[in-house]
Formats: sequence, structure tokens, C-alpha cells
Amino acid sequence: MAIAETSRSRGGNGPLARAFRRFAANGAALAGIAILVPMLVLIVCYPLILGHKPNDIDLLALNKGPSVAHWLGTDGVGRDILARVLQGGRISLLVAVVSVAISVVIGFLVGSISAMAGRFTDAAIMRFVDLAMTLPPVISLLVLASITGAGIVPTIIVISLLSWPVLARMVRARLMELRERDFVVASRGMGAGLGHLLWRHGLPNSIDILVVYATLQIAAAILLEAGLSFLGLGVPPPEASWGNMLNAARSTVVLEQYPWQWLFPGAALVITVLAINFVGDGLRDAFDPRSELN
Amino acid sequence: MLNFCLRRLAVGIGMLIALSLLIFILLRLAPGDPIDAYINPNVAMSQEEMAAVRARLGLDQPLPVQYLAWLGGALRGDLGFSLQRNGETVLGLVAQRIGPTLLLMGTGLAIAIVVGIGAGIIGAVRRNSATDLGLSVAAFLGISSPAFLTALVGLYVFSVLLRWAPSGGMLTPGAPFSLGDLASHLILPALLLSIGHAALIMRYMRASLLEVLNQDYVRSARAKGVKEFWVVVKHALRNALLPVVTLIGSTIGIAVGGAIFLESVFNWPGMGLLLVNAVETRDYPVIMGATLVVGACVILANLLTDIAYAAIDPRIQVA
Repeated sequence: MAIAETSRSRGGNGPLARAFRRFAANGAALAGIAILVPMLVLIVCYPLILGHKPNDIDLLALNKGPSVAHWLGTDGVGRDILARVLQGGRISLLVAVVSVAISVVIGFLVGSISAMAGRFTDAAIMRFVDLAMTLPPVISLLVLASITGAGIVPTIIVISLLSWPVLARMVRARLMELRERDFVVASRGMGAGLGHLLWRHGLPNSIDILVVYATLQIAAAILLEAGLSFLGLGVPPPEASWGNMLNAARSTVVLEQYPWQWLFPGAALVITVLAINFVGDGLRDAFDPRSELN
Repeated sequence: MLNFCLRRLAVGIGMLIALSLLIFILLRLAPGDPIDAYINPNVAMSQEEMAAVRARLGLDQPLPVQYLAWLGGALRGDLGFSLQRNGETVLGLVAQRIGPTLLLMGTGLAIAIVVGIGAGIIGAVRRNSATDLGLSVAAFLGISSPAFLTALVGLYVFSVLLRWAPSGGMLTPGAPFSLGDLASHLILPALLLSIGHAALIMRYMRASLLEVLNQDYVRSARAKGVKEFWVVVKHALRNALLPVVTLIGSTIGIAVGGAIFLESVFNWPGMGLLLVNAVETRDYPVIMGATLVVGACVILANLLTDIAYAAIDPRIQVA
């Protein structure tokens, strides 16, 4: 009782306020935010701070280790690694965010249509989702990439085409339950169309799934992009991305002699993915009303 | 039980047919003439001969007929020719690559199962201790590090810096075959492949065992005076293992993905390397053949998992 009193005194007791409090009490999630915010600021503002451009060539410093002039060293044609790591972050995050945005829209639409529109459509869509989830993601990624070819836009398309089925399942499960609720039945009885049902009832009631999924999927998409570019099938050089910087390490000379050329983008990748996963897990726990009972 | 197995088998076969249809459609979406997949590129052919081959292969037929013909060929093991490798058959390429991949994945999975289950039990029994926290952090790192990065870092640390293991390949070129040589090449990529899996299995094992340890029958066992070791091993572990078995089956697909990166970093002559090279050179018949075989293996693995799960869990009768 005392706990309820104090929590009410701290600004509201609605589901959102409670979710926010749960998130704010989650150490790992806050650590994730504390890593992500400075990282994002650096990635967005680096041209203002850094003297080097990602594709500037310094012929006096080929394959040089970290120094005062180039903090993280240079690569084989004298490009600044720090600048490339930050530009690579821009590209990797851009690819991840855009492809997740597309796959969230596809996943929500497919899932909700599957839940709301008749048994036959539902069965057909769900069998297709099953099928799409059969192949290991990396294999589907390779097959799709072999058809679209390399490039930023093809990479975004490939990743978005790959990521929606799981979300569609989750949205469908949520909306199947929602469909039987009285306010939705009432809304239908008053003649609401599919669009109205999805927009006014479906979306607000599955927004938690979407937010959590999108956050965790951004981390997954960063990894997919990096994997694809690592194999030389994603973002092509000279544009920098974390994956194609790691691709340089497939050459034995770079791997053995110039470790800074691949260790730093690798570290940036892992730290970012970890931080996003922390935040995503925190959001999931925050939105889960059962987590307060434990 | 038999009924259940038959039903799952039917679903598996249905999935395989649908998968082959999907692959066939993708094959037709890909740039290039599908006839390239069926003719030996080393033999020069005139227009009339091409037309004859087209007619013989049925490529002048409507697409559904073509699909059935292709399916028939695939069932008989005729997946066409490689476009890039001097007309080797796709089936031959796949056959010589599948063994090394199974060896790598099998070893990696075995290590992951032993380490993951062991660490999960320790984490659950000593929950919230320093050991548990350490293991959990390690597991989170393991899950968050992509396979290609662990592969690179592992290669750098163990082959380049410490020189403990050879830096790639499956056997020392030119040396006579020996099991020791194979094992020394296998151990590093298999260990690295197991990291992500061990982490995942550990987290499931820990959560599942914690849940079981809180149940009444475990408390009864303790109240009877059963030693804590036997409470965990005999009473709790059996039930806690059930969800882990499903997890292991469903992560085979992820293992295939990880194996692709490890093979390409370690130059391991398996399916992954074959597939990556085929994608790089746009060798569509090889891409599609390899994908079909991998898909069939994943479907088979899932089928076996389902049946194993039904066999060890008496609650799953004929669902």
C-alpha cells in the first residue's frame, strides 16, 4: 500500500508513467542510453569536430598506426580510420533505421490484415510467414543479395524484406485477442471499416510491440548489414560502413599487420549493438505489466 | 506418437515443396537466361542446338510445367551445372562440400551444448553470485558479437598472436591426411562457432532451471532430505531440459548462418564458402542448389527436434 502511495505521488499512475518508471530503474537500459547518446552525437556532428574527411587520402600516412595526426590510424590508401568509423556509423545506422522502418510497416500491415481479414487470408499469410522463417536468415540474405546486387538501396531492401515475418506474427497474436474485445466489436457494429479499425484500435494497442521490436531489430539490422558488407555483398567501397571496413580484414596482411584498421570498426559495432540491445530489453521489461510482480 | 510423427512429416514435406517453389521463382527472377544453368559452358553451341536444348529441357513450356520438370530433376539429383566452375555439376559440388560443413557445425554445436548447459546449471544453482553475474555478462557479450567478428578476433588472437592454431583451411596442403592435422584445423573455428550458441543455450538453461527449482515438487524433494546435488540433477534438470531441447533444434538455422562466416574467414571448404563464392560470381544454379539442400537440412533438423521433444515429454501426446 505504501508503495502504491509513493508511486502515485511521483507523477501519475497510468500504464505509460509506470512503464517509464520501470525503464528509469533499469541500470542496463540507462547504461545503453548513456553509450548511445554520445555515440549518436559524435556520428552526426563529426565533420564539425574532426579535421579529416572519410575519403581524404593522406599519401604520407599509408597503413600508419594510431598517432596524434590520425587518432585511430590510417588504412591502405591513407584514409583516416576515425573519420571512416564515424561515417561508417552513419551509413550502418541509416541502413538499419530505414530498413527497420520499412519492415515495421510491412510487419504491422501483414500481421493486422492477417488477424482482421477472414480465415482463408489468415491461413495463407501465416503459411507464407512460416516458409519465410524456414531458411536461415543469412542464407536468405545471400540469395536476395545475389539478385539485387550490392549497394546501399539494395541492402536496405534486402534487410527489410527479411525482417518483417516475426513482427507480423506478434502483431497478429495481439490483434486476434483484441478483435474479440467489446470496444472493437462495438466499433465494427457501428460500421467501422478495416482502415479505421487498424488505425484507431490496432495501432495504439500494439504500439508497445512495435517499439520494442523496432529497437531490438535495429541492432539485428546493423549486424545483418555488417555481415553482408563483410562478405562484400552489402555497402560497396569507397563508401564506409562498419561491415565493409571489417571486410578489409579478410586480407591476411591487414588482419596481421594493421589490426587497428578492423579492430576499431569492430569495437564500434559491438558496443553499439550491445547498447541498443540493453535499451531494447529495458523497453520490453518496461512495457510488460507482469514484470512488476516479480 | 506414430500419428504425430506422420503429421509432422507431412508438414515438413509440404514446407520443402513450398521452399522449392520459392527457390524456383527466385531463380527465374535472377538476371540472365535460365538455359545457362543447364548447358555445359565449355561446349560451343549454335542457335539451332540451343533451341533444341531449350525444347528438350522444356524451357519453351509454360512456367508451371517448367517448375514440375525442374522439381522432377531436383528429386533425381539433377540440379544443373555450375556457370563458373568449368561445368561441374551442382550436385557434385554440394556433395563434396557438405561433409566439412557438417563436421564443423556438429563439433561446434556439441561444444555449445556441453558448455551452455553446464554454465546454465551453474548460473541457476549459484544465482546472483559473482560467478552467475560473470557468466551472464559473458553470455550477453556472446550473443551480441556477430560471428564474423568473433571469427576475426579469434583468428587474430589464437593464430596470429599466439600461433596456437593454423590460420585456415581444413588440412595442411601437401601433407598426408591425419586426424591430428584435421583436429588442429577444426578446433578453433568450431570453438568460435560455439560461442554464440553456448551463450544462448546457457541463458535458456538458467532461466528454465530457475523456474523448475521454484516448483513445489522440488521443495518436496528437498524436504524429504534429498541432497542438493541430486535435487538438481535428478529432479529438476529433467524437466528444465525440455525447452532447451527445442531451442537447440530451432537454432540450427542460426548455426548455419554462423558457419557461413566462419568458413569464409577460415577458408573452410564447406557449403558456406561455396555459397559465398557462388553469390560473388553470380553462379545462380549453385546458389539455388546449395540453398535447397540447406533448407532441406534445416527442415529435417526441425522435424527431428519436434519428434525428440514429443518423445521425451509425455505431456505432448497427439496434439
